[in-house]
Amino acid sequence: MRAGIIVFPGINRERDMALALALASGRKPRMLWHTETDLSGLDLVVIPGGFSYGDYLRAGAMAAHSPIMGAVRAHAARGGYVLGACNGFQILTEAGLLPGALLRNVSLRFLAMDCHLRVERAGTVFTGHFQKGEVFRAVLAHGEGNYYADETTLDRLEGEGLVAFRYAAPDGRLTPAANPNGSARAIAGIFSPNLRVLGLMPHAENLVDPLAGGDDAKKLFEGLAAAFAA
Amino acid sequence: MKAIVTVMPKPGVLDPQGKAIARALGHLGFGGVGEVRAGKVIELELAATDAEAARKEAAAMAEQLLANTVIESFSVTISQ
Repeated sequence: MRAGIIVFPGINRERDMALALALASGRKPRMLWHTETDLSGLDLVVIPGGFSYGDYLRAGAMAAHSPIMGAVRAHAARGGYVLGACNGFQILTEAGLLPGALLRNVSLRFLAMDCHLRVERAGTVFTGHFQKGEVFRAVLAHGEGNYYADETTLDRLEGEGLVAFRYAAPDGRLTPAANPNGSARAIAGIFSPNLRVLGLMPHAENLVDPLAGGDDAKKLFEGLAAAFAA
Repeated sequence: MKAIVTVMPKPGVLDPQGKAIARALGHLGFGGVGEVRAGKVIELELAATDAEAARKEAAAMAEQLLANTVIESFSVTISQ
């Protein structure tokens, strides 16, 4: 798997993401500074978490207009794969590559905690090693993770099977307590219509090593590595 | 010319900040406060000398960057 990770000023999860990708694929990803514009030869472009440009104006708003995002748009338009995690998801919505927006958490508090994700769509490049309905533990760390889209968009996402993950209790039930940021319909991650762009609010990359708290989420990266090894 | 862009959460979009402000005002003893909505104001110094041109330019800026029109609406006021 030839992956590239975009580094914006203020991003802080790029090394976690690099470790997760390297662990699963055996290949170190390329680190891409935000002024670069050449994404050729990459299977997967990852926009990691953090606080790009200090979250000025809105989380992800500045990064969405940086030079490399033109190249990401072109990569996505060519059918390239893109993963945006946390701030990366916010950037993808601000850039218009995914619908909706991430609002302030309903509690108004920055949340840093474990959560559980229920797989809503298996059989994609990102979810190839999961079963539909499977629940796994992940970590979330954000102030603006409250997914919002208008009802028409939410209905379309659900109708077209573009909801990737929902916040759920460990037994898979959808409860208000399991959805701490208040996301619409408990949505934690969504796909683009061609299933090649994934925005995911929690940090799967932070649960890939038993020595660092568990490897509950490593299947996501193993699935990716397997998809691109073929 | 100076353009003032006011960005507000759209009606129907949850505004937890506005809700928190409303609660805090209640705690301070201000009764009779209904819904509170919190937005932001951005002041722009523009080279344009024509008010209509300045308004158009500021609106284009709001459309592309200053507001996220999925969740926010904006208005533009021009002053000398």
